[in-house]
Amino acid sequence: MNGPATSKVKLDHAHCLELLRQMLRIRRFEEKCAELYTKERIRGFLHLYIGQEAVAVGIMQALRPDDAVVATYREHGHALVRGVPANAIMAEMYGKQEGCSGGRGGSMHLFDAATRFVGGYAIVGGGLPVAVGLALADAMQGRACVTACFFGEGAVAEGEFHEAMNLAALWKLPVLFVCENNLYAMGTALDLSESQTDLRTKAAAYNMGAEAVDGMNVVDVEAAARRAVGAIRDGKGPQFLECQTYRFRAHSMFDPQLYRTKQEVEQWVGRGPITRFRNWALSAGELREADVAALEEEIVAEISAAVEFAEAGTWEPVENLLHHVGAEKRI
Amino acid sequence: MIQTTYREAMREAIRTAMQDDPGTFLMGEDVGHYGGCYAVSKGLLKEFGPQRIRDTPLSESGFTGAGIGAAIGGMRPIVEIMTCNFSLLALDQIMNNAATIRHMSGGQFTVPLVIRMATGGGRQLGAQHSHSLEGWYAHIPGLRILAPATIEDARGMLAPALADPDPVLIFENALLYNDAGEIPDEVSVDIDHAAIRREGSDISLITYGGSLGKSLAAAETLEGEGISAEVLDLRVLRPLDDAAILVSVAKTRRAVIVDEGWRSGSLSAEIAMRIMEGGFWTLDAPIARVCSAEVPMPYARHLEEAAMPGTAQIVAAARQILGR
Repeated sequence: MNGPATSKVKLDHAHCLELLRQMLRIRRFEEKCAELYTKERIRGFLHLYIGQEAVAVGIMQALRPDDAVVATYREHGHALVRGVPANAIMAEMYGKQEGCSGGRGGSMHLFDAATRFVGGYAIVGGGLPVAVGLALADAMQGRACVTACFFGEGAVAEGEFHEAMNLAALWKLPVLFVCENNLYAMGTALDLSESQTDLRTKAAAYNMGAEAVDGMNVVDVEAAARRAVGAIRDGKGPQFLECQTYRFRAHSMFDPQLYRTKQEVEQWVGRGPITRFRNWALSAGELREADVAALEEEIVAEISAAVEFAEAGTWEPVENLLHHVGAEKRI
Repeated sequence: MIQTTYREAMREAIRTAMQDDPGTFLMGEDVGHYGGCYAVSKGLLKEFGPQRIRDTPLSESGFTGAGIGAAIGGMRPIVEIMTCNFSLLALDQIMNNAATIRHMSGGQFTVPLVIRMATGGGRQLGAQHSHSLEGWYAHIPGLRILAPATIEDARGMLAPALADPDPVLIFENALLYNDAGEIPDEVSVDIDHAAIRREGSDISLITYGGSLGKSLAAAETLEGEGISAEVLDLRVLRPLDDAAILVSVAKTRRAVIVDEGWRSGSLSAEIAMRIMEGGFWTLDAPIARVCSAEVPMPYARHLEEAAMPGTAQIVAAARQILGR
């Protein structure tokens, strides 16, 4: 996953395979989650990322293992691509103690120290100041790391977005702000909630470099991410990337989608990031049908194993209820 | 012994912490060039520079959240919020992030952050600068809440708070900053236990922060009337030192709780209930409370005085319990 931080995307066979693999992993993982949800193996809220895969996959190509990632409650895909094992994510969805947050977090609060995946935040905008702080810690300790902070366009209306953008720009901190504009904050369209719908202007207000990119095109996202991360590593301060994308599924499992038409959804599905990239790679000769079939097989096996792992997982003893509230040993 | 003030003691605590650990830094509104709105950090910008004494924009949520992220990232930040009324703008970060990240991450990420803020009334600052909200914060699992009431605690509490692996909030009653007195050359205090500030045998006055002085004055008055009052300074509002409370009440068999927060749903209610749960059979009389009146803090001096716990009210509550 961790390519070199050059701004060019090398679309050779191996890289095409990798981009498709990661997008497909998210898609199949979440399709399985939806199925398990209807079977009541997974409960709580389940916010699916299906349709937006190109964003997480494209952005992560520009990150290194020592970089940090902050995400939202729609973060299964980000965690998967970042390298959090599918087993641990699935077990977390089940609430098992083998989960990546020990069963304490659930779908909306995936965490993994090993990959510097610093959470799933479920208060819209709430992760942004934390991302600024992670970048501040890196900067103050002389570590040349970047913090990638993902959020939806709904967060742009929150005060915390503006406070975090200003602080990051003011202190020239290494944060990549990734705004995944899927057009709807739950069910409220962007033009019903923002007086200025060109989101790049928000970044411009803070003197921050900004770019908008087709978030349905994984190659475009990767190229933009490499440019932005390159600028951050060159000391040009935080950067803002608006990825224009679309959520194919409902906001959560309880959403009858009264706010958008079937035609609109179908139109976007037609531009789907996986179909589009796969067809391009096949026609360009970078991938063959057999490669795709092998990928699918490999991913089905990975996800089946994850479900088995989660099913076989164990419940944390209730005697442990009060664990992880504070340190066991304080000093 | 050192002659100092509460304000200077707090400043020395910050200075020492900054000298001892290069990972410690102070950030907040006007902590640098202005010198701190209560002059606590005066001179520190010159000594430590703008990297470690960081003036922030008026973005309580932004810089508190940045403190949380920096703490996760290996620093030991001190975030200063001007007054606890302003901290409500950062409540999302304090409650939803600082207090929960250890838990939500199954113990993988911790937030060793210290947040200092001024609290309390008595300065005619009206209804948006004078409240005592520490009792609210003491409701939240995942936080440790400190209320230094003495110069020694102002000097000593910061070091163990910074050493704590979890978020610690320090509420400094703004009326105390000018308190002057002597403290030992080396101050070492814990942030676990309540402290008996005056021994007594007839009644326990259980209090903290800005009400400690009033309670000690009340005890003095009561002594003149032949009533021996013990004064227990809670020091740590979460987790409460139940044992110290129960031991004192078991000895005196009577208690008045003095809390600058509003009465309804207050810390005083919690303490009274814990005494019910753990010390009911040791009591000789119902527990009494002296709290702030249920009104946003008024500006006019006489009304503000009437709204806050006062020495006379504490004395009166003690007398009533003792049937005097």
